[in-house]
Amino acid sequence: MLRAVFLSLTLLVAGWSQAQHHAQADSLPAQHAAVAGHAEEAEFNAGKLIMGHIGDEHGWHIAGDFSLPLPVIIYDTQRGLKVFSSSRFEHGHAAYDGYLLHDGRIHAVDAAGGVDEAASKNIWDISITKNVLTAFVVLTLVVLTFFAVAKGYRRRTGQAPKGLQSLLEPIILFVRDDVAKGAIGDKKYERFMPFLLTAFFFILFSNLLGLVPFFPGGANLTGNIAVTFTLAVIVLLIVTFNGNRHYWGHILAMPGVPPWVLIILTPVEILGMFLKPFVLMIRLFANIAAGHIIAMSFFSLIFVFGATSAAAGYGVSVVSLLFTIFMFFLEILVAFIQAYVFTFLSALYIGAAVEESHEHKESLV
Amino acid sequence: MLLASLVEPAFGLIFWMTLSFGIAFFLLTKFAWKPILSALRERERSIEDAIGEAKKAREEVAAMKAGNEELLKEARNERDQMLKEAREIRDREIAQAKDKAKAEAEALLGRAREDIRNEKNAAITEMKNQLGELSIQVAERILREKLGDKSAQDALLEKVLKESDLRRS
Repeated sequence: MLRAVFLSLTLLVAGWSQAQHHAQADSLPAQHAAVAGHAEEAEFNAGKLIMGHIGDEHGWHIAGDFSLPLPVIIYDTQRGLKVFSSSRFEHGHAAYDGYLLHDGRIHAVDAAGGVDEAASKNIWDISITKNVLTAFVVLTLVVLTFFAVAKGYRRRTGQAPKGLQSLLEPIILFVRDDVAKGAIGDKKYERFMPFLLTAFFFILFSNLLGLVPFFPGGANLTGNIAVTFTLAVIVLLIVTFNGNRHYWGHILAMPGVPPWVLIILTPVEILGMFLKPFVLMIRLFANIAAGHIIAMSFFSLIFVFGATSAAAGYGVSVVSLLFTIFMFFLEILVAFIQAYVFTFLSALYIGAAVEESHEHKESLV
Repeated sequence: MLLASLVEPAFGLIFWMTLSFGIAFFLLTKFAWKPILSALRERERSIEDAIGEAKKAREEVAAMKAGNEELLKEARNERDQMLKEAREIRDREIAQAKDKAKAEAEALLGRAREDIRNEKNAAITEMKNQLGELSIQVAERILREKLGDKSAQDALLEKVLKESDLRRS
């Protein structure tokens, strides 16, 4: 309980400082008027705060006025590769080398100092953003964790698991026995185990790290559509390249269906082929993003009420805190559930693609 | 604009995500998943084998126990059989001895009876002989006394002729 209170307090502090940060960002047109740390100066914008939190950033805001500058890497088809620190943008307040941060995206600057939409289209932004760094952190964590676990298996061959190994073994076994074997079948599951395990633990670690309110946690990685898009594309590729004659037969010409129906059915099936990974992408993204939005909304409530009167702000903070503690535990559950659901549904799609027999498995979407 | 940026996948993140996920996937597959999964499989197999062996050993012990019991039972039966046979032999010997003794006694008795009878018969015969001799001697003496004169002889002859049938015919 004490720990939960501590975590929530940290969340509160993080939320407050972020609110400040965004309040500053809001005051872009009148940057000289805004004084840091003076809350009443700028109007509190909950929507912007929340969107700013669940979105991506160049540079990682850590606490108060301190933020970790991250490398900006852009490939401009006109001007070539550019690498510089995100601190050059001064949180979007300044242009650098002909580039400007606007609405979280890098744009080209025209002669007048405004956004040059046409030139902006030439920019391929591959900066190490907050989410990219988080992805690196998560993947490093996963790699290190399972290298340690694998070492445990090598060192204690044939013996009972110990420590980290015994903590994660039930999850590995769960993915193998209930997800892979259940959805793909005993004969072919083995080939897909590496992907399913990597995806499961990447999503799980990302979800859990996203709940940690301080650096290097708190990033909304699995609630970012680019991340879930990448995962979904990988699933689509696996399904497409592993689909057998039976699978393609069902998509291109469903057996036992009259030809004139196929004119309608085949496009639907082809659409369904892409729809399944698309739904995977949306589900994970929406669930995790929603969790972050709700948590941030409860904090924003404090400042929304606090803006009307300090007493209301303190009063609401108690309720918000309790709700956030509740949400925190709920999100831990969601972290596991979403990792499971993504992996399980991926396994189902793969299972449908490699299935040999003619028993028709109902696909869950 | 903000919402649009939320649902629009950013190229940079996709790029890095693909790259880093790919590298992590490769490393994990080679150095973590394969060793872990094969170790798990190996351990499961060894546990299964151990369980199978334990079951076999248990069955063997049970079979051995059953064999022992069978052996014990046989031994017990054999002992009972032996005891029974011994008892039978003893009974038979006793009975035989009894029969023999009885037969011998009877034979002895028979022989004694025979002897007695023979002795008796001999005695009777001798007594008869002696009696006959004595009666002949007596009769001789009487005859000598009675028929000492001629008239007695004729009287007797007359008397015998008279009494016989020769006279009537």
